[in-house]
Amino acid sequence: MTAFTSKRFLVPGLVSLILLILLATSPLYISSYNVILLAAILMYIVLTVSWAFFSGPTGYISLATAAFFGVGLYTTAVLGKALPLLAVVAAGGLVSFVLALLVGAITLRLRGIYFAIFTFGLVELIKHILLFWEITVTGTRGRFVVLVGNTTIYYVVFGILVLLMLTVYFVRRSKFGLAMQSIGDNEDAAAHMGVNVTLVKVITFAVSAFFIGAVGAIMATRWTYIDPYVAFNPLFSFLPVLMAIFGGMGQLYGPVIGAAIFAYLEELLLTKFPYYYMLIFGIILVVVILYLPDGLIGLIQRLRQRWQKGGLTGKHANT
Amino acid sequence: MRILEGEKVTKYFGGLAALSDVNFHIDEGEIVGLIGPNGAGKTTLFNLISGALVTKSGTIKFKDEKITGLKPYQICRLGVARTFQSVKIFANMPALDNALVGSFFGTPTSMSSADAAREAIESLELVGLSAARAIPARDLTLANQKRLEVARALATKPELLLLDELMAGLNHTEMAEAMELVTELRDKGITIFMIEHVMKAIMGICDRIMVLHHGENIAEGTPREIAANKTVIEVYLGA
Repeated sequence: MTAFTSKRFLVPGLVSLILLILLATSPLYISSYNVILLAAILMYIVLTVSWAFFSGPTGYISLATAAFFGVGLYTTAVLGKALPLLAVVAAGGLVSFVLALLVGAITLRLRGIYFAIFTFGLVELIKHILLFWEITVTGTRGRFVVLVGNTTIYYVVFGILVLLMLTVYFVRRSKFGLAMQSIGDNEDAAAHMGVNVTLVKVITFAVSAFFIGAVGAIMATRWTYIDPYVAFNPLFSFLPVLMAIFGGMGQLYGPVIGAAIFAYLEELLLTKFPYYYMLIFGIILVVVILYLPDGLIGLIQRLRQRWQKGGLTGKHANT
Repeated sequence: MRILEGEKVTKYFGGLAALSDVNFHIDEGEIVGLIGPNGAGKTTLFNLISGALVTKSGTIKFKDEKITGLKPYQICRLGVARTFQSVKIFANMPALDNALVGSFFGTPTSMSSADAAREAIESLELVGLSAARAIPARDLTLANQKRLEVARALATKPELLLLDELMAGLNHTEMAEAMELVTELRDKGITIFMIEHVMKAIMGICDRIMVLHHGENIAEGTPREIAANKTVIEVYLGA
């Protein structure tokens, strides 16, 4: 039993711990450029894990990530000068949380493609409400955002990520996680087994929105100027979905690995091959979706199985 | 004592009356069969009782409490559990987790993790699935998936169990086992309301049978009475 537990928890636990220490100390010895690159990668991990936290188990594909992210960005643009940084980040999360509660209560009875389309519509809706507001009421276009040091940005994003990973880890193992999974497997049956499906979906959606909004709020300080087009860029709705699929959604660490490699690859291609980067990127995506339906995690598991089988047959037979 | 009572229950799908003014009742400790040709409204009646559909008019009472208008999860927690005509298991979850959903969320009072786990294991044992507890539900045979649906329903500690075509698709041995299970559940004090097409099963174990035809309750009585009922014979044999 102890051997079983230690084997199962020791390795991932140790790996996480080492990663945690490396990430926490990295601004001390890496260049400023790399700190901000790392912050961007961590941001994508937060977006992807938040998205997968809701959409993975429940099976509801949300394209509202850009909406919550943009709400976070705008919260900082509006409140940035008035409140301390951490309060602004918390506010960005809370505004997204409340928005998700409202939207979720209205739309989470929609199923399948209808929900996906509505959430995508939400991004455009908020963008155009803000544009309308800026044109007719304030008469301005866009806003300047308070500046914050790169290392501070990095540590806040890192803090949000740690909080998110802990939340996801414990919720997945809880009674609430079981309810989420039962909804994804068969929502009708879950409702008939006493699960308050609407409540579970809305709360999960809102918690995921909290983290997306919070990370948006801190990243706004890097962008110096934002307007509705910059803040509500639909790419932020699609990238987390792609990154999660790229990494594989079966395990907790799938979206993490997917987002990390994907974000790094994007930066690498963008700097090394500025003219062909979208082309190469597109090809990589097509290949992954065609040949790795379970993502990178699926590939690793398949290789491990083959290696274990190979090891066994190798000992007993020479075929 | 009446555990379930329906008064003038009516449901329309568009202009079609799936059920019109159906009155029915179930007494505590009974096994009541619900039969009728395809499209008679049997499953619709179950859906109205479990809250999957909402009645147009009429009331359904469970233990003298009105349940029309309640959500499925609320009705389940009051003590009404069901299975589905086409199995609706949590396919990607192990059998034990399927039952755990029931014991965690569907019981009238909320339970600790340990109690919920014990309840789930007991309900799997009761249907004879304790050896399969770690197997993903999608890998079970149809008969075992149906058993799992019963176990999951039992884990919610129901007083009334609605079984929608439990016997359909089972072979003779499996059917005999299922019939035995149903009587065993009744002996444990659970009232059973079951839709069934397999006459041998329904005649063998039901205390009372109710016949629906075109959304109307056309006959009711003991198996012997129903078997001799002229209207029922006409409906079934078209004579």
